[in-house]
Amino acid sequence: MTKQLLKGNVAIAEAAVRAGLEAYFGYPITPQTELLEHLSARMPELGRVFLQAESEVAAINMLYGALSTGARAMTSSSSPGFSLMQEGLSYIAASDIPGVVVDVMRGGPGLGNILPSQGDYFQVTRSAGHGDYRPIVLAPASVQEAIDFTVLAFDLAEQYRHLVIIALDGLIGQMMEPAELPPMRDINTHRPDWALTGAEGRPKRMISSLYLQAEAQEAVNRRTQARLKIISENETRWIEYMTDDADYLLVGYGSAGRIAYSAVQSARRDGLKVGLLRPQTLWPFPSERLHELAGQVRGCLVVEMNAGQMLDDVRLAVNGRVAVDFFGRMGGIVPMPDEILGAIQQMQHERI
Amino acid sequence: MTADIKCDDMTITYQRPDAFTDAHTHYCPGCTHGVAHRLLAEALDELNLREKTILVAPVGCAVFIADYFELDGCIAAHGRAPAMATGIKRVQPDKVVVTYQGDGDLASIGAAEVMHAAVRGENITIVFINNAIYGMTGGQMAPTSIIGQKTTSSPQGRSVVQSGHPIQMSELLAGLAGSAYVVRRSLHDAANIRKAKKAILTALKVQQAGLGFSLVELLSTCPTNWGLSPMDSLAWVKTHMLPIYPVGDFKVADGVKEVMRDGVRSNS
Ligand SMILES: Cc1ncc(C[n+]2csc(CCOP(=O)(O)OP(=O)(O)O)c2C)c(N)n1
Ligand code: SF4
Repeated sequence: MTKQLLKGNVAIAEAAVRAGLEAYFGYPITPQTELLEHLSARMPELGRVFLQAESEVAAINMLYGALSTGARAMTSSSSPGFSLMQEGLSYIAASDIPGVVVDVMRGGPGLGNILPSQGDYFQVTRSAGHGDYRPIVLAPASVQEAIDFTVLAFDLAEQYRHLVIIALDGLIGQMMEPAELPPMRDINTHRPDWALTGAEGRPKRMISSLYLQAEAQEAVNRRTQARLKIISENETRWIEYMTDDADYLLVGYGSAGRIAYSAVQSARRDGLKVGLLRPQTLWPFPSERLHELAGQVRGCLVVEMNAGQMLDDVRLAVNGRVAVDFFGRMGGIVPMPDEILGAIQQMQHERI
Repeated sequence: MTADIKCDDMTITYQRPDAFTDAHTHYCPGCTHGVAHRLLAEALDELNLREKTILVAPVGCAVFIADYFELDGCIAAHGRAPAMATGIKRVQPDKVVVTYQGDGDLASIGAAEVMHAAVRGENITIVFINNAIYGMTGGQMAPTSIIGQKTTSSPQGRSVVQSGHPIQMSELLAGLAGSAYVVRRSLHDAANIRKAKKAILTALKVQQAGLGFSLVELLSTCPTNWGLSPMDSLAWVKTHMLPIYPVGDFKVADGVKEVMRDGVRSNS
């Protein structure tokens, strides 16, 4: 395969098609809409299901229905629409069925704007819905990674029978980059042994998230927690850049992580030993590695396109071993490498 | 164990439909949810649909319905059964998909989902239980509660100024082009129950024939939250509900009459 110039949203849509997406349900919202538009043409062309739902509430519950049949299915939205999906996400997670949902984050709160943001970090990592669970959260920093994570999302969802959220800021969704799409996979027509396919010649099956007895509910929650533990042991992903000899560590994901990468290069040119840790999974979070690195550096600087949300996770991981500072821009403003460099220099000043 | 009972000259006149499990239902004495379940189970048996039907339960008193049916089943979020059913049906168009929803579920929180399922002519069947109240949560006002009806959230009686008029879902849905079969029946006496059964059979046949959206609204009782005896509840349906919610066929699209007359190929 060769590289082609692709917009992030389109790349995710096409990667999902090639990963064997059988059904898509969605509702238009900027900066996610190209994803829905691409699938509105591609899915029918391939004889697959595309449906523009009447709302995000309907879309997530249509997804719940399609997932209940064991089909590879997905929905996508952007922040306000993602908020509307919370109840459905929780039902899907509670039913132990695999599901993939894309959130192309925009400026908020409220109607906010259509510019890039990472303001949904709390929402996607803390549960994405009510109750007591966490989804797997993948945070791509390039169009290529968005493609790769889309394929990975389906595989992880099915392997663990768990909810996977691809959380990207609007910049990744909107920008065009050369990237390589995966080969076309066949649709997996095999249906797992929990899928609702009609009880033909077999006992009936139920997909439910209702456990009225406290003991039963707790047992289910314990099972979920056990699964989350296995996931966090096996699926924590991150990228490191120049951390070996780093005196200062930048931590950023998505576009902020990528801009921080440029800041590391500028800092190194200025003789400052700066490294970067870019989480690729926001949950599970690379806490252990951060804790280790915190023992080696003189300070950490968290860079986000919000008021400091992953900052909490970094502080928990670092656990006081070293000072953790923050640099963030909000409202759809993308931080510049120079600004980050300035923040590093200031930190260096204060923490000699 | 009872082999010594002589039963040669006995014929079975009543038995549990195959579509039922042997679980005991949790409904209150005199509640007609049970009657509606029975009608649906008999209709599924008669059309030989048990092994190809997926049942979508609501949130409401019928949240456990899938436990009572020997079918694949699931429980949708409150009001979202038509959306969940849409997801199931679009992926498996050869299966029969049925939702069973109360009036809080369908006419209030889920009004958008049912409306748009009908707009799309979604080829699913809905059994809609109108008991003019929120049963499960303890008798609050529903959008179907009648003017003056006292509930735990309208202690002075439902007022038009405060809460508007009762919503007539069947009439509303019948106006949408995607609706193939939309009718209202009542469960307050035997003759009406027989007609309700026929309507459910027709709705399922409509789905089998791929004609589009079908919905059977059933006027049902909630003795517990109405504060009436089971018998008085049946009378209340007749005296208080029927005038606002008349039984009738509100939409019978082209092709439905043929289905009613000829039936459908059972494996279509
Ligand atoms: C999102 C959400 N809101 C509210 C509830 C609480 N709730 C459960 S059942 C119900 C009303 C059900 O009434 P109805 O649909 O009329 O069915 P019935 O119990 O009368 O059969 C409500 C409001 C819920 N479970 N979920
Ligand atoms: S509360 Fe009402 S609707 Fe619910 S089971 Fe009891 S009588 Fe039936």
